[in-house]
Parts: sequence; C-alpha cells; structure tokens
Amino acid sequence: MTATATEHAGEAHAVIGSPDLALWVENVTVSFDGFKALNDITLLLDRGELRCVIGPNGAGKTTLMDVITGKTRPDSGNVYLGSRLNDLTELSECRISQMGIGRKFQRPTVFQGHTVFENCELALRANKGVWRNLFTRLSPAQRARIDEVLEIVGLAELRHRPAGLLAHGQKQWLEIGMLLAQEPQVLLIDEPVAGMTQPEMERTADLLRGLAGQHTVVVVEHDMQFVRSIARKVTVLHEGAVLAEGAMDEIQANPRVIEVYLGT
Amino acid sequence: MRERLLQIHSRRGWLAVGIVALAGGVLIPVLNALPESSALHFPDYLVPLFGKFLCFGIAALAMDLVWGYAGILSLGHALFFAMGGYGMGMYLMRAIAGEGVYRSALPDFMVFLDWKALPWYWHGFQSFPFAMVMALAAPGFLALIFGYLAFRSRIKGVYLSIVTQALTYAAMLLFFQNATGFGGNNGLTDFKRIIGFPLQAPSTKLALYVISAAALLLVYIGCRFVVTSKLGRVLAAIRDAELKARFCGFESTNYKLFVWTLSAVMCALAGALYVPQVGIINPSEMQPSNSIEMAIWVAVGGRGTLVGALLGAWFINGAKSWLTAAFPSAWLYVLGGLFVVVTLFLPKGLVGLFELVRRAASRGERAEKTATASAGKVSAGKNGAGAIVAGPAAVEAARVGVEPIAARDNGPPSVPHG
Repeated sequence: MTATATEHAGEAHAVIGSPDLALWVENVTVSFDGFKALNDITLLLDRGELRCVIGPNGAGKTTLMDVITGKTRPDSGNVYLGSRLNDLTELSECRISQMGIGRKFQRPTVFQGHTVFENCELALRANKGVWRNLFTRLSPAQRARIDEVLEIVGLAELRHRPAGLLAHGQKQWLEIGMLLAQEPQVLLIDEPVAGMTQPEMERTADLLRGLAGQHTVVVVEHDMQFVRSIARKVTVLHEGAVLAEGAMDEIQANPRVIEVYLGT
Repeated sequence: MRERLLQIHSRRGWLAVGIVALAGGVLIPVLNALPESSALHFPDYLVPLFGKFLCFGIAALAMDLVWGYAGILSLGHALFFAMGGYGMGMYLMRAIAGEGVYRSALPDFMVFLDWKALPWYWHGFQSFPFAMVMALAAPGFLALIFGYLAFRSRIKGVYLSIVTQALTYAAMLLFFQNATGFGGNNGLTDFKRIIGFPLQAPSTKLALYVISAAALLLVYIGCRFVVTSKLGRVLAAIRDAELKARFCGFESTNYKLFVWTLSAVMCALAGALYVPQVGIINPSEMQPSNSIEMAIWVAVGGRGTLVGALLGAWFINGAKSWLTAAFPSAWLYVLGGLFVVVTLFLPKGLVGLFELVRRAASRGERAEKTATASAGKVSAGKNGAGAIVAGPAAVEAARVGVEPIAARDNGPPSVPHG
C-alpha cells in the first residue's frame, strides 16, 4: 500500500496544488427538496492525515460521505482524489472505490453469509470484472495479504466463521479490515465505535491511529471522548457547512461551536 | 483450469454426482433395453416423462442460479423456456416441409391462414444447427436487453418480479395471435422427425432422454463452476448487500446481467429439449403459473443449493403427475398448500430439512457420547443434551471474547457446503 501511495504522489499535478493533497471537496452543494444538506462546503485533506468530522445531527456528515463515495450526486461542486484531475462526482460507486476510496458505513455492513476470510477476499484490491472473477483464484500473495489484514484487526482466529455470527464490535473491525484489504488512499469511517464497549473502543482507537500515515483517514463520530483520543485535527460541520476547523482544544474553546452544541 | 473444474465439488460430492449421473444416464437406458417380460424393465411410456423431468431440472437450476444465488426472483423464466421451445418447434415444422396435411412447403398453420410465403423470421430454421443457435441466442438476447434496462435502472426485488411477469404475459398475448406467425393458440405441433429420426420411435425418445440427461449434467457442472467461483461469492454478496458490494468495487449491474442472461440461455436449452419430447409448444407455456411453478420448485427444494432445485423440480412434478391423474381437482390446492408450508416452516426447503435431520442425528450422537463420558455428572435429558452441545461453543466464544449469548442467539452456524 505504501507503493501505491508513492506511485500516486509521483503524479502530482500543479493545478490542484501540493502533492500532499489527498482529497479535495470543492464547493459542494446538495439539496433534498429544498433543504440544503450540504451548503457550498469545501474541505481539504492532507495525505496521511487523520481527520475527525463532528457536528450535530443533520449537519451533513453522512451526506458528505455519500457525495465523496458517489452514492449521492451533488447539485454543484466537485470532488478530487489526490493529485488526479478526474472529478469523482461523475463516477459510479464502484469506480470511485476502485480509484482508492474506501468507506465504512454507520451500521456495520459486512456480508453476513460469507466467512470472515471471504469478506476480506471480496474487498481485496483486485480486478473487479465479471469475466475475470469467473476464473480467478487467490494468489499466494493475496492470501498473505488477507492473513495480514486479519492479523491487524485481530480476527485471524475467526477466519472461517460466517460474518453474521460475529459480535457487534468484531463486525466493526471486520469492516475496517475489509477497508484495509481494499488498500484505499482515503478511508471514510462513519461512527466506528457506536455500540462498542470501552475496551473495544480503545482497540479501535489504536487501530485507527495505526492506519493514519499510510492512509488518509476521515472519521465521523459522535463520541467526543473518542474523538479527543484520536484526533489531531477536527472539522465541525453545521447546517451543511464548515463551522470550525482546528485542533481539538481550539475547537472546544470556540464560542460558535459551544453555541451550536449547547444551543440545540 | 482442469484443477479449478475438479474443485467445484469435494471428492464425496463428485462421487454423488457420478452415481446419480450413472443411474439416470446409463442405468435407465439399460433397464429400458431389457425385455418387457423382465420385472426390471423400464417401460417406454415413462421415458419421455422422465425426459421431461430432466428438462424441468435444467430450468430449475437456471432459476436457482438467478434467484438463489443472485437474489433475482424472475417470474419470466417461462418465457425463455418457451422461446427455446419455439426455436426447436420451428425447426421441427420446417424439417417436414411438404409432408404436412396440405402437402405444402409452408407449415400447416400458415396454409390454413392462407399465407403465401414464409415470414422472414422463419428462414433458416430448416437447418438444425441454425435453429439450435437461434433457440438459445434469441432468448439470451432478449434477456440481455431486458436485463440491461432493468438492472441499470436499479429495479429489483418485487418490482423486478412484476416486470418480468408482465413481459412474459405480453409475450404470451403476442404469441396467441395468429398474425404473429407462430401458430397462434395452437402453437406448433404435429412434429414428425428430428434430424431424420422419427419422433414416435422409442429409440428416438430414448436418445432424446439421454441427451437431456447429458445436458442436465453439463448445466449442473456449469452452475457449480459459477457458484464456487469468486464470481459466485460476489453474486451472493450483491444479493445480501448490494450497496456494500458496489463500495467494494463490483459493478453489480454487470454481475446481475451476466447471471441473468446465462440463466435465460440455460432455461431456453431446457425448453428446446422439452418440445420434441412432448410434441407440442404453444403460448400457454408462457402463462404466469408456469413461471411461478418454477419458483416454487426452487423454494420447495431449497434456494441457493442447486441440488435443492433439482429435488424440488422432481418432487413437485412427480407429485403433479400422480395427483393430476388421481385427484385432478386437488392439485392446485396441494401446490399452493405446499408452498405455504415450505415458506413458513422450511425456509431452506427440502435440503434444509435433510440438514436439520442430519444435524439432529449427529447432535444426538454427540450428546450421547458426552453423556456416557461424564456419566453420573450430567443428566442426559433433553435439556442436558442442549447444554452439552452449547458447551464447546461457549468455550470458543469465551476464548475469542464474544458473549456466548450472542453466539447462541444467532443459532448454529449454517455451513454452505456441497
């Protein structure tokens, strides 16, 4: 995965700016029946950064992820991945995923009927074509990669268990493992610790901190304590726009943030 | 490739396939060849009936592939089946040009309608290879176009079922009209020969039976190859969580289109083999109940198992052959009742029932062993047995840090293996 990171870094393009740029959301607006879920929002993410996105309900956090991953088409605005010039808003979910954006859903979404191993196999960065997958078989390298991922998320022992039988926290980890197998440049993670116990939360925090650096990680989370434990930089969304951005301490001292959070 | 092909079954699985294939494809023809006085003689009149069942088996596999594995409940497979049948029927009509009742070069029904020339789409069907290619390609092409439009618009679930049903119904109405050029409501019949062999001869019937058996075996192996491939796992993933599969980079539309079209072609093959054995094809083959019946075969046998589809098709058609003769008016009630019972009590169908029995048996065995091992400590009553079985699961759960409750709530893991 480091290889791909440097590979793409090599393609740096002056128009978009610094080669350190991982994701650029530019003036995106999304409205549903007149309600502006995202209102001319602009967001810049650096390569290898771990960013937390917080905000009250309805602030547009999930819509933002939907736009980046192609699930929702914005009314206006563009999204660029790294130094590439293609506008993601014109691509399908699958193409965006193949380009290197991985997403973890709010509710743990794994393939329940497949085993833990098969879940990772499906997520694996590989040719996703129909014909190819009729004949393909796992190479030893791919097998090793899956083993490595399962080791990282601590599910190696449970590889043959159907994912539907995993405990809630384990499903969350499996989903993160699937993201790793996908080897994305940018990981979007929606509420990773919802419903987790304290020890599970700590493990997840370790996991996410370990991912940053190699990947650009965006975490949407409600649990402020968790955010504090992992965040270096926090973006606060409010009514579809960025309200504040900065280190956790600055954010907590920001009077507008306090007003939004306490006022609602 | 050869290695991959062998992997579609375990050794035991292949053994079972081999035994069934030998019994169906070799033993029955041998028994049929025995003198009629022999007690083991397989009567001639059963040959086409069994041949028909084999064709239904192929259609059931096609249905299971698309419904059981990809989650697309098609109520339009009778259309593909009938189209394959019409392709074969057109050849059979053209093969006897000049020998019909009217001694005309045109098929009888065209003479009857006072048509002077063969419609353009009938040309070429005097050639058997051409007719066979068309019998498979035409339904395949229709499925491709229809599937492309439906899947691209993300039509799924019950909506897709309704649209497929509507398509089939529209086609049926079209075929009912004389002007469409396929013999109207009488369809195509009065066949005499297939590539020179008289259709009434027992040897021809037996040959058709054997060819159907071989086709079924090939289709089964093909389906097995698909479902054990990574593509098969992707299909199941799309069935269970399509959005997630798309976020994993799989263009679900293409996957569904592939399996849908493949399934339609298989179903058309079944129809093409069916027609010479029953001697007629008419638009009533496309009636809604036929498509629904195919879905019932698969549901009763057990979805997503392939073997279940075959069992279901044969079980239901066997029951139908018997009941429609013994109690003609009861059949539809029995069919409906069966469907309700299976849906409510046997979500995994007959295959699920077998598995349940087998698991209960092995559980009983295990419980007995444990009980004798720790004699005196555990009361081996019904509850005791349950507790013992839960034992290893609880231990494993504790080891991996799961609450055993969670494991138990989800029930015993079902192992999808064949």
